[in-house]
Amino acid sequence: MARLTARTRPWRAAILVCSAVYFLLPLAASVVFTVDVPGKGPNADAYQQIFGTAGFVSSLRLSLELAVATIAIVLLLMVPAMVALRLRAPRLRPLVEVVCSLPLVVPPIAFVAGIGTVLRWGPDHLATTPFFQTFVAIQNPSFPVVLVLAYTVMALPFVYRALDAGLRAMDVRTLVEAARSCGAGWPQALVRVVLPNLRRSVLNASFLTLALVLGEFTVAQLLGFRPFAVWIVSVSGEQAQLSVAVSVLSLLLTWMLLLMLASFSGGRAASRTSTKE
Amino acid sequence: MTAAPALAPAPAETTAAPVRRRSAGWVPVLPLLVFVVLSFGVPVLAMLNGAFTVKDPTGGADSYSSANFTASLHGAYLTALLGSIRLSAVSAVLASVLGLLLAQAVVTSRFSALREAVLTASGVLANFGGVPLAFAFVATLGNSGVLTRHLGLTALGWSLYSFWGLTITYLYFLIPLMVLTITPALDGLRAQWREAAQNNGATNGQYWRHVALPVLTPSLLGGFVLLFGSAFAAYATAAAMVGSSVPLVTLQIANAISGNVLVGQENVALALSLDMIVVAGLVMAVYLPLQRRSTRWLA
Repeated sequence: MARLTARTRPWRAAILVCSAVYFLLPLAASVVFTVDVPGKGPNADAYQQIFGTAGFVSSLRLSLELAVATIAIVLLLMVPAMVALRLRAPRLRPLVEVVCSLPLVVPPIAFVAGIGTVLRWGPDHLATTPFFQTFVAIQNPSFPVVLVLAYTVMALPFVYRALDAGLRAMDVRTLVEAARSCGAGWPQALVRVVLPNLRRSVLNASFLTLALVLGEFTVAQLLGFRPFAVWIVSVSGEQAQLSVAVSVLSLLLTWMLLLMLASFSGGRAASRTSTKE
Repeated sequence: MTAAPALAPAPAETTAAPVRRRSAGWVPVLPLLVFVVLSFGVPVLAMLNGAFTVKDPTGGADSYSSANFTASLHGAYLTALLGSIRLSAVSAVLASVLGLLLAQAVVTSRFSALREAVLTASGVLANFGGVPLAFAFVATLGNSGVLTRHLGLTALGWSLYSFWGLTITYLYFLIPLMVLTITPALDGLRAQWREAAQNNGATNGQYWRHVALPVLTPSLLGGFVLLFGSAFAAYATAAAMVGSSVPLVTLQIANAISGNVLVGQENVALALSLDMIVVAGLVMAVYLPLQRRSTRWLA
């Protein structure tokens, strides 16, 4: 084995160097692009302008609010359901697994085409019914609930996988029975026994959902809302440097989140064979 | 795991289970199912309905027909569909080969830190699509990008806003996705198999051709199909980068939805969406059995 690896080493070095160049170059070039403006010399104007640019704060706040709402809803829906599937309704598990994987089969662009069709029913068919008010309310531009609904659907596959991995790693039934025989009620057993053991999975699911919502462009743009990603594209026309600078920052932010996630799931779970999941 | 009980890890389906109160077990699952039906089922059904509905332009009466599908498979729409399939296939093939090479280089490396770093980075980069990716490449290889200016690429006929420009951009998240998919399979290649092949006089090439690649084939194919699916569904990157200079089905749908092209094309957009779902469904139908097959080798 040692002989073989020694022989293949130049190969490996070449592949690793090429990969490193390919993956690092766009990042480095983006930074250069933002600080080295042709004809002006190096400066950090693009980064200083970010906060003063119209729409930055409001679109970022909208994205964060959408993310918080999505995370809350997806966890409220999924955690009780997943625990119940383990404990009391194992027969429903295949059904829920399929239901939570379905959003993977429908690309976001197709999903938003469907949502758009439904939203047009509002003015077309339901204008005289009480439903109409609901249709108007969920499209309120200052907080579009319809985006939260769409993002929750899109997050289901990731959240399902994260929670499933966490529940696999613990013996829910024994834990809950122990809690129950010590006199805890169902809610108490859930909140004080199951949830603390699920903390890491819940955190994983939240981070993935956060990254998804912060970067989401397709649904928001086609429904005509203006969260962060849509705002970046809309300023790119006039202020190329600025939009790349904001992208660089948002990249760093997302990567920090995902690296945190990686260290959370890699740290204490190192003993578990997490790569097989 | 920290608070896991010290009891023997009994399988969940032990006979000692308490009396099942079957009546109420599905109650916590109900909100989830209702939510999915309302937020996902209704839009998808609306799309199905719309895709088969044709509006009479004069009277406004609706009738069911497959005219939208006929339209979605002709002219500019067909070009876009084929363009998407071609782009996804080419970038998925390239990413599969390059991802396999990179994963193999990392897996056989003696430095576990390198392996950890590459796998973590892959996990991050595989999730990195969309707008920031597009802008990173615009800043690098776009018309006024850093590399384009310093190397004078425009004079050589380079344009990022083309088929190959998009391919290079897509590889940025497809290669890491392949690394993540194929690494468990490469880990599953046992050293004994290579030794056995060598003892029987096989060369390195023969080992790869007759032992390693056949074992890897389900994982490789599964990975390829997964990459194809993600490239096929990608919209944000292309929209932020090329506008509509490359015909892609996602861009066509977006144009038709926003009424940029012709009024009354919304239902053709729905038919195109359904075409996409069919392709994505085929992808999943191929991927899942392959993935199940490949996990057999990883036990």
